[in-house]
Amino acid sequence: MKVVQEGKKEYWRWQEYQKILSSKNWEKSDIITAGVDVGSVGSKAVVMINGEVYSWSVTRTGSNSPDSAKKAIGWAMEGTGLELDDFKYIVGTGYGRVNVPMANKAVTEIACHAKGANHIWGPTVRTILDVGGQDIKAIRCDQTGRVTSFLMNDKCAAGTGRGMEVFADLLQIPIEDIGEVSLRVDEEPEPVSCTCVAFAKTEAMGLLRKGWSKEKVLAAYTRAMAIRMCALLKRVGIEKDFVITGGQSKNIGVVTRIEKILGIKRLPMPNWRGGGLDPMIAGALGAAIIAKALHERSK
Amino acid sequence: MKQIITHYGYSDASGEYYVVIDTAKCDGCAECIRQCPKAALELVTLLVDLEDKVVAAVSEDHRKKIKYTCSLCKPEKNQTPCMTACSQKAIRCVWNPI
Ligand code: SF4
Ligand code: SF4
Repeated sequence: MKVVQEGKKEYWRWQEYQKILSSKNWEKSDIITAGVDVGSVGSKAVVMINGEVYSWSVTRTGSNSPDSAKKAIGWAMEGTGLELDDFKYIVGTGYGRVNVPMANKAVTEIACHAKGANHIWGPTVRTILDVGGQDIKAIRCDQTGRVTSFLMNDKCAAGTGRGMEVFADLLQIPIEDIGEVSLRVDEEPEPVSCTCVAFAKTEAMGLLRKGWSKEKVLAAYTRAMAIRMCALLKRVGIEKDFVITGGQSKNIGVVTRIEKILGIKRLPMPNWRGGGLDPMIAGALGAAIIAKALHERSK
Repeated sequence: MKQIITHYGYSDASGEYYVVIDTAKCDGCAECIRQCPKAALELVTLLVDLEDKVVAAVSEDHRKKIKYTCSLCKPEKNQTPCMTACSQKAIRCVWNPI
């Protein structure tokens, strides 16, 4: 696994990385497809060979979508010998999907997420909660990964990746530890009322001045976010199996609270540092799967 | 075609506010868009079973503030301009202020 070394301490900065599943080789005759998911915070690319994941990248979205897309797919191809010409079909998705220059087609992220989750966890997945950089999606799907109902919410960003970056910075806690730290409270504080990212920072500073510990502040916010996400899930209806995708699937503070409120557990995270797939790439993965299907249909 | 129910809106401390569109019923005729006094609706393209389907959606600008956008139409009475315009009965409001 290749990661970028950072110099200065930036608490909000999460790790960009690239992964190649080394057991596979590719040939020009293979069906090589890719999905590029340009999100508001992270850009991800997945390369598939004959419908199997070959490599992927998780990168930060830059100031514009085309460059972010190029960076994500460029990094997913690095060291593989692949060139853009080798791809039979590329699907762009996510917030910046219409600005993915190398894509043959743009597809909404909802369809991609459901396909991706179906591939990562299998056909038993029925409910997906995706917590991305700036929005939250609740998706219901059938055994083939086809969407039956969805809800997209971008009203409040505090519970999303962007909000967590703000808290990491304010409280000087590395972003990877935020979830765990939020669980270090003897009892759950009352959830805060407002979870809008614009106010959250000022409000959190006020609570710290009042003598709240960092842990308590984080617990109050994380709980508020979890309650909000569960309300969205209830609107689309929750059916097992339940999974969480997106960056916040790694935030154990959010996940634990959601499971407690819903009374059901999510399917476990794949061991993505080992040979498993990272739930952050679900959208890009689904896009690569749809790319293969579109390529085959066009023949 | 099997359904894809799309929800646009949110729940907050004051209640639940959603415009719900059944994309299986929606034929993209755009009549709801023409009748909406707030220009809150638009057509979007969804990929359904590998085919593009054009359907109505709440535009991005209005999703975050739907409670205010739609309040003039009195969604709790179930007779909003978008609902009455739709011959397919594909669009409805779910309005549950606490
Ligand atoms: S009026 Fe009904 S069928 Fe026509 S676009 Fe609107 S929701 Fe769809
Ligand atoms: S309820 Fe009124 S404002 Fe809201 S979408 Fe329908 S017609 Fe437009």
